[in-house]
Amino acid sequence: MSLKIAVSCVNCSACEAECPNEAISAGEGIYVIDPAKCTECIGFHDDPQCALICPVEETCIVDESYPRYQPPAA
Amino acid sequence: MDLTDHEVAAAAAKAGATADEIMQKMAEHKGCETDSDGGKKASCGTAAGENDLPPEIWEKVKNHPCYSEEAHHHYARMHVSVAPACNIQCNYCNRKYDCANESRPGVVSERLTPEQAAKKVLAVASTIPQMTVLGIAGPGDPLANPEKTFKTFELIARTAPDIKLCLSTNGLTLPDHVDTIAKYNVDHVTITVNMVDPDVGAKIYPWVFYKHKRYTGRDGAKILTERQMQGLEMLTERGILSKINSVMIPGVNDDHLVEVNKAVKGRGAFLHNIMPLISAAEHGTVFGLTGQRGPTAQELKKLQDRCEGEMNMMRHCRQCRADAVGLLGEDRSAEFTTEKIMQMDVNYDLETRKAYQARVEEERNAVAGAKASELQILAGVESDIKILVAVATKGSGRINEHFGHATEFQIYELSTGKGAHFIGHRRVDLYCQGGYGEEDALETVIRAIKDCHAVFVAKIGGCPKKDLSAAGIEAIDEFAHEFIEKSAITYFKRYLEGVKDGSITHVDKGDAEIRPGEVAKEVIAAE
Repeated sequence: MSLKIAVSCVNCSACEAECPNEAISAGEGIYVIDPAKCTECIGFHDDPQCALICPVEETCIVDESYPRYQPPAA
Repeated sequence: MDLTDHEVAAAAAKAGATADEIMQKMAEHKGCETDSDGGKKASCGTAAGENDLPPEIWEKVKNHPCYSEEAHHHYARMHVSVAPACNIQCNYCNRKYDCANESRPGVVSERLTPEQAAKKVLAVASTIPQMTVLGIAGPGDPLANPEKTFKTFELIARTAPDIKLCLSTNGLTLPDHVDTIAKYNVDHVTITVNMVDPDVGAKIYPWVFYKHKRYTGRDGAKILTERQMQGLEMLTERGILSKINSVMIPGVNDDHLVEVNKAVKGRGAFLHNIMPLISAAEHGTVFGLTGQRGPTAQELKKLQDRCEGEMNMMRHCRQCRADAVGLLGEDRSAEFTTEKIMQMDVNYDLETRKAYQARVEEERNAVAGAKASELQILAGVESDIKILVAVATKGSGRINEHFGHATEFQIYELSTGKGAHFIGHRRVDLYCQGGYGEEDALETVIRAIKDCHAVFVAKIGGCPKKDLSAAGIEAIDEFAHEFIEKSAITYFKRYLEGVKDGSITHVDKGDAEIRPGEVAKEVIAAE
């Protein structure tokens, strides 16, 4: 899985700086997450940082259309 | 022939023009309108009334409109909206529009990159030579966007070294950035402190984002207050002036703000600014939607009076937008959109700015001179009576605004002890739209100043004068273009004499309504 940003995004950019994978960038109208880069913060933090700092509830949400991120074997 | 702005201004300065005349010439050159009310008097007054401050502090605040009430009549500031991200959630803020923390609810017209912001500052400074201060106040938290914030300061310090830099913050990451703040010579920092008790904080802040975790309720508020107090102490250690903004939320933190006042004073804060909660359902904030009310004018004044014995209170705050431009109380941001700035031929001329500011100082000394002589008018008069008066002014310390053109009134408390003491302002919509008065608008004005005995104006029509009189507010235009304090004292002396000889019956006035500023209509229209 990856996270995705819903249209309720207010373009505050807070998530961009917090993403450990540099997966977030300004898109057309709202910010977007690159699912190829997003690891749901696994390996970095307990919770997805974008969802924690986002000022609008239910805006940085899990994108079910992608399989769950598998961290590389140690 | 096409002179640049600075050539026009320099020529005018050389010819010995007054500051207003320089502005008039620059405005004519630009083809935009400005008002130039005459009535200038030569005077060799003493320096301003805030001379009880240590000289090094006075030097820092004297041209800062937010730190000196007296300066705000003469000097302008601007905010650049380079910092959209925030790291806490406040119940009086709706990030869908903007952050109410340091700006009134409303959209910022556009967000700027540091490079765009630096260009905007030069454009504004070249057009408004009394613009002395650049602040970063959001629309999020400047220190949640440290790279953008400090890059902007770096660019401005390089191209416009005479401009004072300041920022406002919720304080959560302040301790991490104090040394960088000192490095960039930012010598004014505002921290929004609404509580020093986490239980109170839990009612104001749903969460804070700190060290990669979200803390809710009391836990979040505890972290926030500890970081705020630590940051304040660090600023004080480094000699950086701090102002504390507090939002007064009746029933939540109103009495508690007296504790806040003591806590911040004890840690060396320079100035405390208690602001009324701005809360309406249409703002979409938690407090707006739950019906949490803001304070009345007298509730706010009483709390400010209670704290005033403790430290300097700021009463001239306009709760401005994060992209405001101009004197406090006016907003010229619509003149400086990115599109317009890119077309401007900007030529930053330090000498012209200095020449202009020297003229401003002369006018300012004239005001101070008038202020110094005001109390002599009241010499030998003693009374327990205190009254409030409203003043229509557009700056320079004079009664120089038409009643119908006023977007706000400045409020002075008159007493034999303190003379004319500025205690705040009241916003009103433009009463006069399209040149004629409107009944509903007049009622709005009356609600906003009904705790005042009189309103001083440069001019007023017969009908509104009569309606004001019916509401118990005397409209006075005989001091048009005169100094505010001196006129108010002259009026007050006459009032007291009238009470003494029985021709005037003194009555206490009631309370008044605080009206937040409307969302700037021109900005919405531009979207």
